[in-house]
Amino acid sequence: MSVVTLNVNGQDVAVPAGASLLEATRAAEANVPTLCHLEGLTPVSACRLCLVEVEGSGKLLPACSTAAAEGMVVHTHTPRLKEYRRMTVELIFAEGNHVCAVCVANTHCELQDMAVTVGMDHSRFPYQYPQRSVDASHPQFTLDHNRCILCTRCVRVCDEIEGAHVWDIGSRGGQCHIVAGLDEPWGQVQACTSCGKCVDVCPTGALFRNSDTTAEKHPNTTLPALLRTAREQRRWHNQ
Amino acid sequence: MTRTVIIDPVTRIEGHAKITLHLDEAGHLTDTRFHVVEYRGFEKFCEGRPFTEMAGITARICGICPVSHLLAAARTGDKLLAISIPPAADKLRRLLNLAQLTQSHALSFFHLSSPDFLLGWESDPAKRNVFGLMAADPDLARAGIRLRQFGQQILELLGGRKIHSAWAVPGGVRTPLSQEAKDWILERLPEARATVTLALELYKKLLDGPLQKEQRVFGDFPSLFMGLVTPKGLWEHIDGGLRFRDANGAIVADQLSEDDYAEFLGEAVEPWSYLKFPYYKPLGYPDGIYRVGPLARLNVCDSIGTPWADRELAELRQRSGHPATSSFAYHHARLVEIVACLEAIEALVRDPDLMHGRIRLRASLNRNEAVGVSEAPRGTLFHHYKVDDDGLLTSVNLIIATGQNNLAMNRTVHQIAQEYIPDPVPAGAEIPEAMLNRVEAGIRCFDPCLSCSTHAAGQMPLRLQLLAADGTVLAERLRG
Repeated sequence: MSVVTLNVNGQDVAVPAGASLLEATRAAEANVPTLCHLEGLTPVSACRLCLVEVEGSGKLLPACSTAAAEGMVVHTHTPRLKEYRRMTVELIFAEGNHVCAVCVANTHCELQDMAVTVGMDHSRFPYQYPQRSVDASHPQFTLDHNRCILCTRCVRVCDEIEGAHVWDIGSRGGQCHIVAGLDEPWGQVQACTSCGKCVDVCPTGALFRNSDTTAEKHPNTTLPALLRTAREQRRWHNQ
Repeated sequence: MTRTVIIDPVTRIEGHAKITLHLDEAGHLTDTRFHVVEYRGFEKFCEGRPFTEMAGITARICGICPVSHLLAAARTGDKLLAISIPPAADKLRRLLNLAQLTQSHALSFFHLSSPDFLLGWESDPAKRNVFGLMAADPDLARAGIRLRQFGQQILELLGGRKIHSAWAVPGGVRTPLSQEAKDWILERLPEARATVTLALELYKKLLDGPLQKEQRVFGDFPSLFMGLVTPKGLWEHIDGGLRFRDANGAIVADQLSEDDYAEFLGEAVEPWSYLKFPYYKPLGYPDGIYRVGPLARLNVCDSIGTPWADRELAELRQRSGHPATSSFAYHHARLVEIVACLEAIEALVRDPDLMHGRIRLRASLNRNEAVGVSEAPRGTLFHHYKVDDDGLLTSVNLIIATGQNNLAMNRTVHQIAQEYIPDPVPAGAEIPEAMLNRVEAGIRCFDPCLSCSTHAAGQMPLRLQLLAADGTVLAERLRG
């Protein structure tokens, strides 16, 4: 197996060729924050929290979808990056309707944890209070667009792991939102297998089980990696 | 000429309010109004949310009695699911409400109201508070604070936190009571009993002596009283039916279902207050004035059903009548209710059902409309939800205890003003401090929670205005 060696925050690390910069930063224990990234799913660079500085590059690069290359010199926690990360989280909060106190995901929310990680104690951007809807048409699950951060984990897990491809992204800009089927009520989408993987990987309280009340949602974000690995390694008895 | 006199410290009521006293040309008092000047809009912004969130959302209306909303919302949720919750869940919810009544009544009596009785109406306002009480009688103040802590701690033992827990849910409750928690409650009960015994002895002595005039002047008028009673007419706080009793003691209506509240309760609106004016429909507005809360609960029930509380109830009725029509008797009623709560808490904690069996049922939405009720410390609380077929709220109506006492609070203010304001008011009149304090205390009998009843953040300044016939503000006092 060929490896590439690079320098992260002054530390030399070696990772397998083809590994991402995120894997390289983790090898260097640099702890680069992520929200949309999830082991087992294709990276999409949606949240922009894993942006890093690479010497010689004129722009910031998303660590999750940039391949580690020989001789790279990477910085993960410069003052500029820290400021951008906090700003990014503030913008995520400002553009949705995130009310932690009454949210099903309170105390188990990756966005809430991220706000603590980046040191966000308030938003410097005015809250937009968008008018968004709740889709409770599914017999077991609910989608609350107010809490959606468009990480697309649900889109990817449904497509790549479950194979049902119920979810997609509709519209553009500030109107951008998750759509079920052909922009139908979720409960009417025949492709949905009601497996609940989308609910398990959702980092916030946007997708939850109908019986969940305040702070009762407990995500299971290790599922995609587990299923993908098992499938690739043909661990099941009938394979 | 308008004058503003600012008095510190902040008054001992919650929310934003002002009181206006209206005078005619000759300076005679013609009207008094208790204005609630804050607006919150919970009923509106809950629309579109899943009904399962209502327990968590409405508990956030208030930090004093979130439990009442939690229970009313959970009970409404039970009815939308069309299920009967398991016995253990019902008893655990009961324990939660009893702890809530205990802690809230202890707060009202010891922290908010007792400084008036114990330190004196004319005492220095800067010291007429719980800190002044700590300086004057540290043992009593400590006991009162610990009594409240007893209730608060039970809330935490059950719900995981003292305020804003979301422990009661449609279908039951989330977690059982642990053996350690049960042991702690039993261990602390004797101290709680001793404190309320001390408070009752002290209060009854005051009532038989220096507080006789207050008992007569502070809102003593005929009205209906409403509260929950058991099917046998005993004191109830979470289940049962609604009973109305009039000032003569006659039962006007009994075992009414909360489902039919719109048939017997109307809600009037006045342009000068954000607080609605509920009334008993058969008698119309404003003749349908009724009172809710601890005094109303004790007035409507035949008895409480536990020995010590029934002895204390008999003493209350001996001193204040049955029904007791003076709003000042609310203070006494709170202490009697604490006794009832402590007895009920002990019985529940010793009940083997409390610790066994299922505590939560899961079900799908089976109804599109439901009304839930609970007895909050301040009185009967209604939650009325309508949901679509997906369980999203299309309509929310919350009828809060303080709102139901709105007419009675206005009448109490009027009666106190008539007693203490000179007649006629001389030109350029100064409002005496004792008058201001007594008006506040009249409102405080009801232990109002305006942030809750208008469904507002922040402190509650009290503004008192003296208005001439042409609406000119003759004098104004502001606390806040």
